[in-house]
Amino acid sequence: MRIVCPFCGERELGEFTYLGDAKPQRPAADASEDAVYDYVYLRDNIAGVMSEHWYHGGGCRSWLKITRNTLTHEISTVEPAAGAGAAKVGA
Amino acid sequence: MAGVQANRLANGGLIDRLVSLNFRFDGKSFSGFQGDTLASALVANGVKLVGRSFKYHRPRGILTAGSEEPNALVELRSGARCEPNTKATTAELYEGLEAASQNRWPSLRHDLMAVNQLFAPIFVAGFYYKTFMWPAKFWEAIYEPAIRRAAGLGRAAGIADPDHYDKAWAHCDVLIAGSGPAGLAAALAAGRSGARVILCEEDFALGGRLLSDGGTIDGMPAAEWISRTLTELVALPDVRIMTRTTLFGVYDGGTYGALERVNDHLPSPPEHQVRQRLWRIVAKRCVVAAGAIERPIVFAGNDTPGVMMASAMRTYVARYAATPARRIALFTNNEDGWRTVETALGAGLQVAAVVDARPDVSPAHRSLASKGGFPVLNGSVSAVDGGKDGVSKISVSLTGGARAEVEADGLAVSGGWNPAVGLTSYHRGRPKWQDNIAAFVPDGAPPGMVAVGAANGAFTLGACLSQGFAAGAQAARDAGRSGKAGSVPVAADEAFSLTPLWHVAGKGKAFVDQQHDVTASDIELAQREGFESVEHLKRYTTLGMATDQGKTSNVAGLAIMAAVTGKSIPETGTTIYRPPYVPVAIGAFAGHHRDENFHATRLTPSHHWAAEQGAIFVDTGLWKRAQWYPRAGEKDWLESVTREVKAVRSGVGFCDVSTLGKIDVHGPDAGAFLDRVYINTFSNLAVGKARYGLMLREDGMVYDDGTTSRLAEEQYFLTTTTAKAGPVMQHLEFCRQVLFPELDVQLTSVSDQWAQFSIAGPKTRDLLREIVDPAEDLSNEGFPFMGAREVALRGGIKARLFRISFSGEMAFEISVPARHGDALVRNLMQAGAPFGVTPYGTEALSVMRIEKGHVAGPELSGTTTAADLGLGKMMSTKKDFVGRVMAGREALVAADRQVVVGIKPTDKASRLRSGAHVIPKSEIPGPGNDQGYVTSVCFSPTLDQWIGLGLVERGRERIGEIVHAHDPLRGEDYDVELCNPVFYDPDGGRQRG
Repeated sequence: MRIVCPFCGERELGEFTYLGDAKPQRPAADASEDAVYDYVYLRDNIAGVMSEHWYHGGGCRSWLKITRNTLTHEISTVEPAAGAGAAKVGA
Repeated sequence: MAGVQANRLANGGLIDRLVSLNFRFDGKSFSGFQGDTLASALVANGVKLVGRSFKYHRPRGILTAGSEEPNALVELRSGARCEPNTKATTAELYEGLEAASQNRWPSLRHDLMAVNQLFAPIFVAGFYYKTFMWPAKFWEAIYEPAIRRAAGLGRAAGIADPDHYDKAWAHCDVLIAGSGPAGLAAALAAGRSGARVILCEEDFALGGRLLSDGGTIDGMPAAEWISRTLTELVALPDVRIMTRTTLFGVYDGGTYGALERVNDHLPSPPEHQVRQRLWRIVAKRCVVAAGAIERPIVFAGNDTPGVMMASAMRTYVARYAATPARRIALFTNNEDGWRTVETALGAGLQVAAVVDARPDVSPAHRSLASKGGFPVLNGSVSAVDGGKDGVSKISVSLTGGARAEVEADGLAVSGGWNPAVGLTSYHRGRPKWQDNIAAFVPDGAPPGMVAVGAANGAFTLGACLSQGFAAGAQAARDAGRSGKAGSVPVAADEAFSLTPLWHVAGKGKAFVDQQHDVTASDIELAQREGFESVEHLKRYTTLGMATDQGKTSNVAGLAIMAAVTGKSIPETGTTIYRPPYVPVAIGAFAGHHRDENFHATRLTPSHHWAAEQGAIFVDTGLWKRAQWYPRAGEKDWLESVTREVKAVRSGVGFCDVSTLGKIDVHGPDAGAFLDRVYINTFSNLAVGKARYGLMLREDGMVYDDGTTSRLAEEQYFLTTTTAKAGPVMQHLEFCRQVLFPELDVQLTSVSDQWAQFSIAGPKTRDLLREIVDPAEDLSNEGFPFMGAREVALRGGIKARLFRISFSGEMAFEISVPARHGDALVRNLMQAGAPFGVTPYGTEALSVMRIEKGHVAGPELSGTTTAADLGLGKMMSTKKDFVGRVMAGREALVAADRQVVVGIKPTDKASRLRSGAHVIPKSEIPGPGNDQGYVTSVCFSPTLDQWIGLGLVERGRERIGEIVHAHDPLRGEDYDVELCNPVFYDPDGGRQRG
């Protein structure tokens, strides 16, 4: 598999680490235990197009949000995480 | 005797008769020529019997002339280079080649294991499942060893492979698999268009079937066209031709696996060269011109040596000028098989008869038969007489019911051709059935790939050239190349006709899968027993599961299953295709990553110095760390480690701790960021101070620990454990980039930038004053416990000094830029000599941390909470942090959790071992009363007995209780006392002094 890193260009799979579903958002500090439980443990297991977190540890150390079809491994988009590269969001 | 090649034609063939090569097969000497394969050289020497079959030990000969060969497998070379299951049909002949037949005892001609044939009724489909059900323990002891001796293929060398293997990357616009007419035409079109082309050919010669079948292209003989084409391709700037290279796999994103047999054609690789190279090729487009494989027809005795695929027979005659038989018969169901007759007649061989299953044979072929003086029999071969010396007589069932017999010493068989659909089907593609050729053809292909020519079911020369050329030109355009492809090579299309025929009923074993000894009746039995699905059929009978992956057998097996179930072949379907297309040695996948190069090795800055001291090293992850420093006269590790501990506790010692992960945390929000990743607070840490921090996973379990120092208002220096250096960096980057992108903070991994040493013991300051600039104040007031700041060393180098202690002694950690690490350690030794400075290793480090009750890897097991470790009070209630909410779950704060406690045997002379289970005293150990286990142990020189830490249910409430340590693994039982985990200096006065 090849991933086009927005900072480094097209690189080989071995440079990246997979984390998982990028959809769950970390609940706010005052969220209930149930909400945090869902965030930590509940994941969709999608056969098809999925948004995922990948880490370019063998390159620029950016976290990436990748849209991938889990059936074909086709990657449609690669976006940097909100805080990747830039020092601060909205700075 | 060497030198006599009785079955070699006087003329012709693509062999170099000036280069004679001697070789040995089963100890007998033979000779062949440059350009031979082992198989063609054996044919030229009249050797028909080359192996014994897998289960029944039936005599077997050479069936094919390519990588699809099921039978002619040999052990090639000897000693450490012995390679079992090597196909004689692809092994190139070289001077001194040694090969041995497989699966026979005591010899190939007199194989006593052939007695297995008498037991054939029990070796049927599902044999393993039916026979070895009971009792279970008999499997390993009796059944498996017996079967392994009796059945099987070659033997592994059993000693390490002395050769090197390489791995490499290549990138191109257009990758082409196969150099037959379709592949060469594709390469011409793509190359002329300006594309970067890689052409892979598994053979050592380019041309594919053209080498055996010839033909006329652009008005010239095929050989001349090949030669002109190669001249043109070589002159193109970006066309790379790789022979002896098999494309074996297709992976995501246009990545392909190829195996280049760089030096398999030599006795051993030349110095500094590799035997094989595994290529990963990234290609924008791929043209599969991998050809087709001729398929057998299944009939009784079809495995007799001398029965050969028709195309293989003409390859031996035409390409190698070697005659597999003197008087041949042909059994065909299609037009193409007749080419073998033409080739045989052309070479002066006798043709005994042609058995053609088709009702109509063309007038041209009938006149060829009458000219050649042989009969054309309409019908099928129903049996073959013969044995280990080859075919002697062929029985024919004529259409209409009559029978005939044909005397011949070789039988060529053609059941039609199967396109090589492997590469196009590796992404779970299912090929589709094409009626007019009665074969599966690719139904689409992975992205960027297209099949052409025979691999696409186009069996005629004209179609191969035009399809290949068009695909090559299109691939180049798709890759963004716009050059002119020029004119397409032209050839006529041969006549084609085929009447499907898969299996001829008859008496005797009729083999479908010759490598796994699967017969037609095995398939019928599988159907009767309910294993009708092709995937079940495959696993129940082992059809197609041998090293050839059923290249000559799968489709025939499906066809027979279809016939007995009354379904069509497409309804029956194919099994899933998976790479590799040909066997690939594990050595090629490993490449240079073996032995000491299995993984990268990280050396600490003091490594070379430590090696000079004779240190014993231990592997921790990729690192080599000094474990202890033995001195002359010390009888074991314990004596050395005990000395090192005592030296630190009474004087001064140092230890390289550079392996700890080190991360610089910079920015206005650095403190706020650390507050969110640690359970305790760092934003209120004063500049010039260090603090111990603990971080959790989001599920509430402890992730890692370490000290973090504030070097400036907006700069912290964070350390991690050695094991988690990489993962913590990744975790923190996730927190920074994904969870908290609003924070203005940057992280830099500086693990390799700093050489860091722990200097510990009551004389630490005395030693440091010899190293540090005298202007620096190291007094307790000037540099108090948990102080951290930059200092100048004598000579001017800047260092960072941290007053932290893992040993419990008065201690500092000093870090200098890594390039100065070696100088620093030598200076410490020199300056410390008057104080008896003692280097200590990771064992002494561990002893002292256990004596102090500090947790480490065994306690940070991923299943412990901060409270389990006795660090629950560190959890801030004033802020949010990763893991906070989940750490509060009911089970994680339960009163009966297993928590860290000290453990020591009641008998001071008794040894304590980690892993022992803690059971209430006087109870019989069992899962119901298992209350925890011993995590870390050491011999404490300070207490003069074995001590340890453990995770024990309600441990901290039970200090002083005597419990039972049960160690079923080592068969040990003894009583231990639960105690305060801080065995040494519990009030911490020494480290603050």
